[in-house]
Amino acid sequence: MKTPSFARHTVRLCSSLLLGGLLLTSSASHADALQDIQKNGVLRVGVFQDYPPFGSIGPDMKPHGYDIDMAELLGKALKVKVDLVAITGDNRMAFLADHKVDVLLSVGQTPERAKVIDFTDAYAPYYLAVFGPTALKVKNAGDLAGKTISVARGTLEDLSVSKVAPSSATIKRFDDPNGAISAFLSSQVQLMVVGNDVGATIIARQPAIKPEQKFSLFSSPDHVGLNKNEGPLKEKINLAIAKAKKDGSLNAISQKWLRTPLPATL
Amino acid sequence: MSYAFDFSDLSQYADVLLHGVVVTLGLTGVSTVLGGALGVVGAALVLRGPAWLRWLIAAYIELIRNTPFIVQLFFVFFGLPSLGIQMGEIEAALLAMTVNLAAYAIEIVRAGIESVKHGQYQAALSLGLSGRQAFRYVVLPQALAAVFPALLSQVMIVMLGSAVVSQISVQDLTYAANFIQSRNFRSFECYIAITAIYLVMAILLRRLCNGLGSGLFAGQKR
Repeated sequence: MKTPSFARHTVRLCSSLLLGGLLLTSSASHADALQDIQKNGVLRVGVFQDYPPFGSIGPDMKPHGYDIDMAELLGKALKVKVDLVAITGDNRMAFLADHKVDVLLSVGQTPERAKVIDFTDAYAPYYLAVFGPTALKVKNAGDLAGKTISVARGTLEDLSVSKVAPSSATIKRFDDPNGAISAFLSSQVQLMVVGNDVGATIIARQPAIKPEQKFSLFSSPDHVGLNKNEGPLKEKINLAIAKAKKDGSLNAISQKWLRTPLPATL
Repeated sequence: MSYAFDFSDLSQYADVLLHGVVVTLGLTGVSTVLGGALGVVGAALVLRGPAWLRWLIAAYIELIRNTPFIVQLFFVFFGLPSLGIQMGEIEAALLAMTVNLAAYAIEIVRAGIESVKHGQYQAALSLGLSGRQAFRYVVLPQALAAVFPALLSQVMIVMLGSAVVSQISVQDLTYAANFIQSRNFRSFECYIAITAIYLVMAILLRRLCNGLGSGLFAGQKR
């Protein structure tokens, strides 16, 4: 099935004109996000509610997590109230572009996203790591020799550990992350590779084999995402992040939700 | 429909596929021998054993025949370690496949034994054979000859069903295809390739066993 090419071009042209027009008008009406936030006394923060330990619904039916604490921290720094807006991975960029939120949390920096939005400094670590029982000594990729490691097949976890593991390591590939985690928790493998978010959630449940993080493989820290050309707001948030890193409050949030200290390199 | 097939980069994974074929055939072979033997013993016990044992075997058959194979597999691989029974993925797959095949084999062989007319057994006894000898040399060969096609079908089902052991990271033929397509993203080609391999394996195995069966049970066909 083929659409005539001129029709496709017209559709593309129209949609880009429309989008461009929207962006123009909206940036014109919101000359400075920081001024609007201070005038309204409210910072609207887009957070996930299904992404523990960064953002999820707690037993009291209220959102909690690393990002919720981070939002409060930002609210305090800007001396405004915080309005948490539930977003999903699919709709959050549109929420930001439409000014339904002022900032987004848990945004990894990618070249594609950099074309559309702006990033502050990193505020949270996100990386893939090798997890294993406390009793097992593993410090780097070389120590994986002779060990068994579970991963979900074809994922970034699989590719990044396959790249560094010595040939004597046995990588057991499961269909999905649950299989890889179950194999680890039932001691069918010695180690597993998951994101630090998943790792922290598992450690929080205190399984019998006492897992801990051994070393990290691939890092893509989380930034605060905001619309382009919002210099004053970006500056203010960067100041708040720098201060929180210095006075230890960000480290406390990391300890609380990720159960590891904030990496010094962040 | 304008899909451009590209089998070219499948050839560099030939050893992965070959390894998968060996593992699938190995698992099928071992579980067939063990499961078949258990089937014969179980069927004999179901018909002649003490009541408590008959009841136990009946419960085992009901349990296995009324639960999905993949759940049995997960039970062995992910569940048993919690009870301190640890085994590798190959052993877990072999155990699950054997236990599964044995349950069906017992029912099939039992039907075969029941199909042999009681007069055969009595005639053997009157010729001076013991009960055990009569069963072993007169009844069982006729029973197995009668149900051989059904047993063979069950073995085929086990071999094709073994594709799910890739779920517990056994590197069988299906695992090979999943692995390759997660690396070269040519999923259609991968699955076409293993479909063809499974087909050829099943046809050859069926031919081989049929030949073997007609040799073993020569003169038993009624």
